[in-house]
Amino acid sequence: MGTKDYLGIIWFSIILVVTPFIIGNDYYIGILVFAAFNCLSCIGLSLLMGYAGQISLGHAAFLGIGAYSSALLTVKMGWSPWLAIVLGIILAVIMALVIGIPSLRLKGHYLAMATLGFGSIIHIVTVAAVDFTGGPAGISQIPTLNIFGFPINSDVKYYAFIWIIVVIGLFFALNIIHSRSGRALRAIHGSEDAAGSSGIHTSRYKIRIFVISAIYSSIAGSFYAHYVNYIDPGPFGIMHSVLLVTMVAVGGMHKVWGAVIGSILLSVLPEILSTISEVVEGYGIEYKPDYDTLIYGSILLAIMLFLPGGIFQGVGDGFKRLKKLFTRKTSSAV
Amino acid sequence: MNHSNQFSDLLQFVFMGIQRGSIYALVAMGFNIIYNATGVINFAQGEFVVLGGLIMVSMTTMLHVPIVVAFFLSTLVVMIAGVIMERFTINPVKEPGILRLIIITIAVSILLKGIAMCIWGKDSYHMDHFSGDTPFEIFGATILPQTLWIIGILVIIVFFFILFFNHTMIGKSMRACAINRDAARLVGINDRLAVMYSFAISAGIGAIAGIIITPIIQMDYGRGALLGLKGFGAAVVGGLGNSIGAVVAGIILGVIEALGAGYISSHYMDAIALLILLIVLFLRPSGIMGSSEASRLKDF
Amino acid sequence: MNRKLFCFTAVSFFMVMSALTPHLFAEDYKVGCLFSITGSASWLGEPERNTAEMIAEEINKAGGINGHKLKLYIEDTQGDNTRAVNATKKLIKKDKVCAIIGPSRSGTSMAVIPIVQAEQIPLISCAGAEVIVEPVQERKWVFKTPQKDSDCVKRIYDHLTAKGIKDIGIISGTTGFGTAGRDQLKAIAKEYGMNIVADETYSPADTDMTAQLVKIRNSGAKALVNWSIVPAQSIVPKNMKQLKFDIPLYQSHGFGNVKYVEAAGPAADGIIFPGGRLLCVDSVSDDNPQKAVLKQYRDAYEARFKDKVSTFGGHAYDSLWLVINALKAVGDDPAKIRDYLETSTLVGTGGVFKFSPTDHNGLDKNAFEMITIKNGEFVVLKD
Repeated sequence: MGTKDYLGIIWFSIILVVTPFIIGNDYYIGILVFAAFNCLSCIGLSLLMGYAGQISLGHAAFLGIGAYSSALLTVKMGWSPWLAIVLGIILAVIMALVIGIPSLRLKGHYLAMATLGFGSIIHIVTVAAVDFTGGPAGISQIPTLNIFGFPINSDVKYYAFIWIIVVIGLFFALNIIHSRSGRALRAIHGSEDAAGSSGIHTSRYKIRIFVISAIYSSIAGSFYAHYVNYIDPGPFGIMHSVLLVTMVAVGGMHKVWGAVIGSILLSVLPEILSTISEVVEGYGIEYKPDYDTLIYGSILLAIMLFLPGGIFQGVGDGFKRLKKLFTRKTSSAV
Repeated sequence: MNHSNQFSDLLQFVFMGIQRGSIYALVAMGFNIIYNATGVINFAQGEFVVLGGLIMVSMTTMLHVPIVVAFFLSTLVVMIAGVIMERFTINPVKEPGILRLIIITIAVSILLKGIAMCIWGKDSYHMDHFSGDTPFEIFGATILPQTLWIIGILVIIVFFFILFFNHTMIGKSMRACAINRDAARLVGINDRLAVMYSFAISAGIGAIAGIIITPIIQMDYGRGALLGLKGFGAAVVGGLGNSIGAVVAGIILGVIEALGAGYISSHYMDAIALLILLIVLFLRPSGIMGSSEASRLKDF
Repeated sequence: MNRKLFCFTAVSFFMVMSALTPHLFAEDYKVGCLFSITGSASWLGEPERNTAEMIAEEINKAGGINGHKLKLYIEDTQGDNTRAVNATKKLIKKDKVCAIIGPSRSGTSMAVIPIVQAEQIPLISCAGAEVIVEPVQERKWVFKTPQKDSDCVKRIYDHLTAKGIKDIGIISGTTGFGTAGRDQLKAIAKEYGMNIVADETYSPADTDMTAQLVKIRNSGAKALVNWSIVPAQSIVPKNMKQLKFDIPLYQSHGFGNVKYVEAAGPAADGIIFPGGRLLCVDSVSDDNPQKAVLKQYRDAYEARFKDKVSTFGGHAYDSLWLVINALKAVGDDPAKIRDYLETSTLVGTGGVFKFSPTDHNGLDKNAFEMITIKNGEFVVLKD
């Protein structure tokens, strides 16, 4: 981890601590809790997309595996939530290996299709296996989390808890990048053939990073289940997988920070838009949740066409350019 | 349950499978055309199917356009959408990395889905069958006139497809681009134009698939992803890029799916085709009909 | 200088005004609505929203409730449980409503019950399943206006018994409503000596039920009961016709929107189901206590929205009027509203309600009328 990243984490943590005092309302804090689940998944996904050059269209399925493991084991078998989370992680790892080993051995983007198929199958099973998963009716009364007998039973408490987890996840991800395997991964992204001929086992690294990204999503899914206290197959479909990819791509796939920014931005965007629409309600403009899809699609397309490095890099470049412009002006003035 | 009863049940499931499979076959053909021209899997392929179906419903039930006219008009509109997509999102990308192009097609698919949702809402739309819904009876099983329409249209499209790629100048130049783009450019073929044609044709075939299936499945904005995915399954099983393979694989997938629904469990019907997709992807990525040598060169 | 003075006066004027306004006017009564306006159950939520907006407008035009304006916060659950959970949190925590009507679907209702129980906000569901209000000691804050699914099953079994049919097949959607109905069908079968020879299900996204129907045909069922709330239920009669599978088809009270009939086309003719009297107002006898309410609501709805009335809009009508009556009597304290609801009576569109601490639905099986479809229209079944 570089000094910049340490500074980044410190600044990020300060913003996280201050935010709830500024917004106050429980409902908005709840929105930020949802943003945290997306953020956690996206950090994992950005490792895969940015550093292994692979795309997964089935990450919502790993969220689902985590969420359903937690829900089923705690509600039906009475397990401790923490043990259930661990089992969810183990399941996600097994699934990631089953999908990752055959498809990442091949060159090209077979993983995208394999994960898309896998994600749909998981979704179909959660809908169809009514006796096991509750089907579309879902599972309710999932217990709230307890840390040493201290219940995390309000939005503010959950906000604090989940964002601590996210920061830990971020720390871990940034460390991976600056480790030996991180350098190997960047080599793969540059040129797979060159990396391979210089003795890097490309497929082994790719599989490892895919498994790690699945773990991130599984953890996010488990914590999601314990926050909402209710799950059904709805949030774990293809659409959510695509949304996660969108968040990473919009933020910038080549930097973990990009995923953090992209996920938070797109998570709160619908709320911002609907608040704006409430303000301008009188002028006949109404924001409907239906527009979400349209807006996400437009943003992703615009970013991919005009700013393929994502917002994070785009803003960075903009600053640099401004700086250059400024220094040049001052120097010419002298 | 006696033997004749068992046979008629089997036949019933096979009819159901051919009907579903024909749609997968058409979607798979669409994937292949664009894949051959660009080397990219177009994730928006399923949305063309949805657009075709929904535009057809609006034209026939709200504007009361005669079915034949509406059929061609809807196909044309979606073809134009395909060309717009190519001109504005694929063509301008100067250094087309595959990952970036894939994400662009994903973006277009979200966008098209969003547009469909804003225009038609989330309701599912039903439309009358082309020529009534009184079934024919064959050996105790029944088949809908609409199913015959679907099979007939598939056959006609395959026929025109072969004609187009073997006997027209544009078709031949598109094939040349698919085999070796650089070489094609050297002999004076405009490869960028070939890409545009491929989007137009692919969108048109997708639209037709949507139009003919809508009377049976009640179309809504969200059906694109699953239809596209199963069509992709057919394309992979048939060997990516091989259109005749795609047709055969599509029908096989449809029939296996229907038999699975009939004899194992109807709940997991949608999962069956996807499971076959995964198995083929892992064991024989060149497809059951593609040569493994050719696929090694491909790098989507 | 003059300009500054003007600005100062203007600003202070507005400040004083905005400080005074809450005291000049009585505060609005805030009621939350959870309807599946879009999505697969839009044929439930849309008439419900229309109805709620129509009533609120009427009330406010007539001066509100005891001088308070009625303000509705309508949320679209899209028939999606997760969205419903979030929308409920928003209504309670952000909009601070005193009562909630809806959700439209049984699954979404079950999903939000833990929240309203914990936050202590009364909820009047517009969904069919009986488990929404049973067991009543665990549903302190939950009420519902649609008729009970167990009563619906009983009416169907009564009719089958009269026809002398004992061997039946059942097919249900895997949604909350479908699953609850399937449980009731199986639980009550013994009491009536019914023999369930086939038990099939379909998911709300299914497009073809041929496979299930072939299995039911092979089981030798003499009649089929189809229990679902989403448009997929219309595919069952269509597929039966395509298979030339000709046995009596019964539907649940979830079939009570003429749009389901339209989607099924000519195949819908002859379907029998227990439904609310709202679907066949004209054939309700004049001495029925509901007649006046039914006629008034139907005429108002159809004149305003140029659309056929459905039982679902009726459920919203009943729910909202229960809340309005409570607001009139006890104001907008959630606990007081809840206590008042438990003693409420109402002549509504779904039947004559009599709530009590042990009955949070207040209807019995006489709230149903056996209805059939003739030429695409609902008519009362004569035999």
